[in-house]
Amino acid sequence: MWDYTDKVNDHFKNPRNVGKIEKPDGTGEVGSLACGDALKLMFKLDETGRIKEAKFQTFGCASAIASSSALTEMIIGKTLEEAEQITNKDIAEYLGGLPKQKVHCSVMGREALEAAIYNYRTGKKFDKDLEGEVICHCFGVTDKEIERVTRENNVQTLEELTNACKAGGGCGNCLPELQKIIDRVHGEMAAASAVPEKKPLTNLQKIHLIEDVIDREIRPALRQDGGDLELIDVDGDTVKVRFRGACSGCVVSAITLKDVVEARLKENVSEDIRVEEVK
Amino acid sequence: MRTVYLDNNATTKIADEVRESMMPFLTDLWGNPSSMHTFGGQIKKYVEAAREQVAALIGAADPQEITFTSCGSESDNLAIRGGAEAMDKPPHVITSKVEHAAVSGPCHYLEDRGFRLTKIDVDQLGRLDLDALRREVKSSKTLTSIMWANNETGVIFPVGLIGEMVHEAGGIFHTDAVQAVGKIPMKVSDLPVDMLSLSGHKLHAPKGVGAIYIRRGTKVKPLVLGGHQERGRRAGTENVPYIVGLGVACDLAGKHLNEENTRVKALRDRLEQGILATCPGARVNGDPKCRLPNTTNISFDFIEGEAILLMLDDRGICASTGSACASGSLEPSHVLRAMNVAGVSVHGSIRFSFSTYNTDEDVDAVLTELPKVVKRLRELSPFVN
Repeated sequence: MWDYTDKVNDHFKNPRNVGKIEKPDGTGEVGSLACGDALKLMFKLDETGRIKEAKFQTFGCASAIASSSALTEMIIGKTLEEAEQITNKDIAEYLGGLPKQKVHCSVMGREALEAAIYNYRTGKKFDKDLEGEVICHCFGVTDKEIERVTRENNVQTLEELTNACKAGGGCGNCLPELQKIIDRVHGEMAAASAVPEKKPLTNLQKIHLIEDVIDREIRPALRQDGGDLELIDVDGDTVKVRFRGACSGCVVSAITLKDVVEARLKENVSEDIRVEEVK
Repeated sequence: MRTVYLDNNATTKIADEVRESMMPFLTDLWGNPSSMHTFGGQIKKYVEAAREQVAALIGAADPQEITFTSCGSESDNLAIRGGAEAMDKPPHVITSKVEHAAVSGPCHYLEDRGFRLTKIDVDQLGRLDLDALRREVKSSKTLTSIMWANNETGVIFPVGLIGEMVHEAGGIFHTDAVQAVGKIPMKVSDLPVDMLSLSGHKLHAPKGVGAIYIRRGTKVKPLVLGGHQERGRRAGTENVPYIVGLGVACDLAGKHLNEENTRVKALRDRLEQGILATCPGARVNGDPKCRLPNTTNISFDFIEGEAILLMLDDRGICASTGSACASGSLEPSHVLRAMNVAGVSVHGSIRFSFSTYNTDEDVDAVLTELPKVVKRLRELSPFVN
């Protein structure tokens, strides 16, 4: 017996947005009868480009139906750019979590959304085989899909990968290839997360950056209260400024100096920055 | 909400008579049957009475051919591992593609240790490929383990014929009869069967007790060592209350055999015909001519088994499915795959299995609710509209 959350059970027993849309703007179809689950997602946009209607039809188990229902609820009201940011983890989280063997249901939702958006933008039917090379032939999973679920779900083992996208769940012939992909993605992720060495700024770069931060972030805030600020000098990490307008002579100018001016410069330029007021 | 229990191939209700028979051995009669003193030693006669009851149900010539175990799976393991290891030279192990894991597990265990393993196919109706079996058993001395009746579809295999083929070539034949015992009449003494497994909880005894029939003269190496119990075939102090319960359950099953094959069969048939009449795109899996009287396995096109099962569960109906999703694996049941069940329905199978405790009301409840569930899920399915 599966330990489904109340939310999964609710979306399974009372699925939202079931059906089809007449003349949809985008349609995405993923899965198949042979694979054991399939999802057809349709959406229609309003005049501002937001999804005003989304409908689904799903062949699959309780969590596949619940994931599809949740997905439609999540995307209604979003722009396509916003909807595109939704990952399978977001769908699972919306449902209060899925059993680990059922993660692939949430991935199917994300893939259908992607296919529907592709269909809207290109007018063509999404064909994932053109997007990558099929690695798992039992379930028709491509290298691109495997890389993506590995990355998005921080997949560590073959078992987790199979749970997430079904790859390797059939005959098992592709398992060595799948392990190679997991290893490669982890290598890339490790390389990407390594912090690049920060080069120290030249004096000129530092002054430009300070001017830029004052113009962009500090002045607009002060001006709201009728004040202003003038950059007088930069001496090493010491920044000398003069308050203008309402700020000059304001009783809390010392606080403004620390909490606004110095804080912004520390955040954007260097932790070592100190700000002094020139009267 | 009333519970409609139609999952009797998974487990059965403990019969009142069985529970009552066990109580003295859970209260006053707790002695060890191996003891020299009267308090313990007197218990032995109850164990032997149960042995006779089990022997009577399956038609064994001698109660001493019955060995008590902890479950059907242990019986299967003892027959296959213990049977293979007791043979003069490592046998060719033959089994079918539709066995329960309790048989395929020990078969693969032997394969990993260098034994040759062959698995015989079934056809679309789930019938064993007897020609292939004949070819394989001829080639060498085999240990052949083929189930009597399939747990998922109820399809019955011709164990008499299979046993003859195996014996002609000098092999040993074991049958996992966990689903068959108590549902169909049998007289194992007249059949070419060397070993037979049965389980208590499939015939209204509690979980935790089983038995194996080992024909006189058949060699088996015990799995549990360290005691003289069960004539050295299975060490460990006897699970007396459960053994007594199993004996009574076998007695009851014998008395109910006729009812099982008349009233229970009629309930099953009414359910099956009702479903086929009310649910379009439904098909029965398994040979309709040669099935257990209590089992039906039905596939529904374009919808998925776990979803059907959970919607039935919501309405108080207990059944089971061979769908992939329900088991947590990605492939549907190995039995339906071996039968090459069509792709449109292989993921949508539901098994209903009856016992003598089921009534017409149970059938009515399913026939009221199931068509609604099927209709609802078809509305959701992208393959229907």
